[in-house]
Amino acid sequence: MKTVAVVGASLAGLSAARSLREQGYDGRLVLIGGEPHRPYDRPPLSKEFLAGEIDEDALALEAEGEDLAAVWELGVRAIGIDTGSWAEHHVRLADGRSVRAHGIVIATGAAARTLPGSERLDGVHVLRTLDDARALRADLARGGRLVVVGGGFIGAEVASTARRLGLEVTVVEAAPTPLAGPLGREMGSLVSRLHADHGVRLLCGTGVRALAGTGRVEAVVLDDGRRLDADTVVVGVGARPCTDWLAGSGLDLDDGVRCDAAGRTSIPGIVAVGDCAAWYEPAVGAHRRVEHWTGARERPATAVAALLSGGQGVPEAPRPPYFWSDQYGSRIQFAGYAAQADSVTLEEGAAADRSFLAVYRSAGRPVAVLGLNQTRLFTRWRRRLATAEARTAG
Amino acid sequence: MKIPVCRLADLPRGEACRLDSDPPIAVFHTEAGEVYAIDDTCTHQDASLSDGWLEGCEVECPLHASKFDLRSGSVDSPPAKRPVRTHQVLVEDGTVYVLPTPAPRAAVHRVDGRT
Ligand SMILES: Cc1cc2nc3c(=O)[nH]c(=O)nc-3n(C[C@H](O)[C@H](O)[C@H](O)COP(=O)(O)OP(=O)(O)OC[C@H]3O[C@@H](n4cnc5c(N)ncnc54)[C@H](O)[C@@H]3O)c2cc1C
Ligand code: FES
Repeated sequence: MKTVAVVGASLAGLSAARSLREQGYDGRLVLIGGEPHRPYDRPPLSKEFLAGEIDEDALALEAEGEDLAAVWELGVRAIGIDTGSWAEHHVRLADGRSVRAHGIVIATGAAARTLPGSERLDGVHVLRTLDDARALRADLARGGRLVVVGGGFIGAEVASTARRLGLEVTVVEAAPTPLAGPLGREMGSLVSRLHADHGVRLLCGTGVRALAGTGRVEAVVLDDGRRLDADTVVVGVGARPCTDWLAGSGLDLDDGVRCDAAGRTSIPGIVAVGDCAAWYEPAVGAHRRVEHWTGARERPATAVAALLSGGQGVPEAPRPPYFWSDQYGSRIQFAGYAAQADSVTLEEGAAADRSFLAVYRSAGRPVAVLGLNQTRLFTRWRRRLATAEARTAG
Repeated sequence: MKIPVCRLADLPRGEACRLDSDPPIAVFHTEAGEVYAIDDTCTHQDASLSDGWLEGCEVECPLHASKFDLRSGSVDSPPAKRPVRTHQVLVEDGTVYVLPTPAPRAAVHRVDGRT
């Protein structure tokens, strides 16, 4: 392989580039990134960075002096892939150039979903990029009333940070319980009690009808007619995979680039990693898009091994998905697949103490684990899950 | 200074324990039977590495998965960027001891000038 192009220069793209070099690839390496910034870390954008505790330098993902011997094309988006025969693809760039590549790693991540009409109002934010975080940080510094639309992890983290900064915070969640998707109803509701503990109002079971205001946002109007006055609004209603640019490429796109269990797409020489990719998960027997940091960090090694072996090798199965979230000084950790479970039990601690470990089981077999301020025990269970899964898969 | 940690027999292979020194030190007994000591606090945030995932001669931070080499203290991947300090370990008469590496001269980093 003479040239490998990595499209998307964030965590998954950088990890892929590193894996390429670590696994002995010494050809030309081109990294294409739509943002002008060097690779930076996103999790702190809703936490320490938003709180003003760390600065932009601290977000850098590259080590000091790190040199991947790569050509960096930053601040230019890829707009398409022309696939050729197995050893010859072209990545088209927005500035009219194109990069010829024999191997391609797609790592374009996801973009925040917005609410219709929010673009025309000042004071309405999403949070996905450094530029988003800069703008939101400036608005939070004004103080006042913040309404967060969406009670998922990002929404909850923003609420927590804003509360700490002294704002009056309301979280609106359309579902009856927040976090029911990732954690299941019961645990979602337990974890969401952190909001009330810290004086944040949580309104569930009602959607948002409109954002009111002229010039700057003034209120959020709910489906049930209630009106919540707001100085700043954060819309945290999920993200969609950045795959529009791949339309017409022949790749299989369905809520993310569809891949096998090693990140291989339907086209030889092209793999996909990170938030934009929906890998086949043997443990659930379906394709899943895993939108967490650790997957974007670890799975590229598997995909790169598959790419370099020319589709021959059988790379190691990735570990079960893992994510953490920091809210109100509490540490939330989760690994596995909650949707598969038919029961959840608290194995340690108590919900009332905001410190517990819960195990999700399917027909008696552990399939997921949730820890709230239980780091040590959580790690043990996570490990048990990983080895159990490796055994089932092998 | 030679700090006793525990009986080697009380620290099974694959396990770690934490020494409440200042700063705290993590002591690991690898599956291969070696014993290593490094600073317990991850250089990224405030996770305790003795709570981490031990694999060969590496420990993975329990929070954000940075991996540290127990022999050199070096870190292999983000988000942590700085290595951890390593400490010498002695096993005498079945007891594990740690000889802490003197703390680096922190004075240069302190804003308030105290040491
Ligand atoms: C605010 C925030 C907080 C988070 N907190 C946590 C947390 O606590 N725990 C956790 O596990 N996960 C967390 N995450 C999720 C984690 O950050 C993501 O899973 C991770 O960033 C995914 O990495 P990625 O490289 O796949 O995608 P991204 O980080 O989204 O990067 C994709 C990159 O590709 C670029 N790109 C897109 N389209 C193109 C194109 N056509 N051409 C060129 N470049 C393109 C984008 O500009 C972007 O830079 C958080 C995410 C956010 C936004
Ligand atoms: S605290 Fe150790 S990697 Fe973040």
